[in-house]
Amino acid sequence: MTTVPDAAEDWPDQIYDLLKQHEIRQVALVPDAGHSRLIKRCLADNDIKVTTLTTEEEGIALVFGAWLGGEKAVLLMQSSGVGNCINMLSVPVSHRTPCPMIVTMRGDYGEFNPFQVPMGNATQTVLEAMGTLVKRAETPEDVAPTVDATLRMAFNTYRPTATLIGQRVIGAKTFGK
Amino acid sequence: MIEVAESGKLERRSVVRALLEDRGEMLAIGGLGAPAWDITAAGDTPQNLPLWGGMGGAAVMGLGLALAQPTKPVLVITGDGEMLMGVGSLATIATKQPRNLSVVVLDNEHYGETGMQETATRHGVDLAGMAKAAGIVDSRKVTTPAELLALRDAIRAGHGPIFAQVKIDAASLPLVLPPREASILQARMREAILGPKAHLQ
Repeated sequence: MTTVPDAAEDWPDQIYDLLKQHEIRQVALVPDAGHSRLIKRCLADNDIKVTTLTTEEEGIALVFGAWLGGEKAVLLMQSSGVGNCINMLSVPVSHRTPCPMIVTMRGDYGEFNPFQVPMGNATQTVLEAMGTLVKRAETPEDVAPTVDATLRMAFNTYRPTATLIGQRVIGAKTFGK
Repeated sequence: MIEVAESGKLERRSVVRALLEDRGEMLAIGGLGAPAWDITAAGDTPQNLPLWGGMGGAAVMGLGLALAQPTKPVLVITGDGEMLMGVGSLATIATKQPRNLSVVVLDNEHYGETGMQETATRHGVDLAGMAKAAGIVDSRKVTTPAELLALRDAIRAGHGPIFAQVKIDAASLPLVLPPREASILQARMREAILGPKAHLQ
């Protein structure tokens, strides 16, 4: 039996293809289960330098440093990590430098873990309060065009931008319940 | 010439001047606060990126820059308070082992911009030891002019990553302010590295 990946499974590969099209050379990340397939693709690519961070705010700084040196970079993280980035977002805002973020949502749709809800509920508000252009992808088909827009707006207009990939796309972690 | 203050500790501006002297292609990031004024006092240039914010981010900015420009030496000069806020970045840097990155902490054991409150290094926290334990093999503490000159040679040899905790005199010195418009600071450094095409990327 052959299996053809449907759109629901395919969106991480579509993001990877977009990173290649946009000539992304550095990927900074704190892992999230929703990004695991994309992370594997990036790690397998010798033209992409993957840096695993101890905290997400390092990613804002790393993306800035890469841009100083002429390399395009993106930050991958979970919604809870957005809360760790708040003050560091003053760097791309004040320097007027691209800072694209691809965020997988928790605390968003059918969440099981109470601790994920406060930050998940505040992710978009917090990012926008810090000058980030935020677009949401709520279906698998939305993901690629939204990430493409996020990359274009970052590198064409020099500012932090984010795609939030909804928990409806990723599926809620149920802890066996 | 590297000066020693009455306290017996190294004088910060002379330390930074020595590190940046005859720097060639070296790119320098100055951490928020006095280190940004120090690199400016040594001579403001497009190869300098003095930071007015982003506390805790200087070392990892250096990492992103060093990975993007592996043939150019990158020197991050920052303070103990700034480094302590981003101390996890020592682990991040260690995982990448960038040969061209050096991080020098000017350790006056105080938060100089906010009223000279004590930092953790005042209470014995060993930043060089933390860097070494993280996996930055060449991590050193510098207390004498001779050790500083040896550090300078090591930075130029390009066998990084290097981490140095330089014990400096705590005196607050006259401000020497760099441009404050940060879009200019990034654009001038990018142009110094990439030429005019920096603005067409």
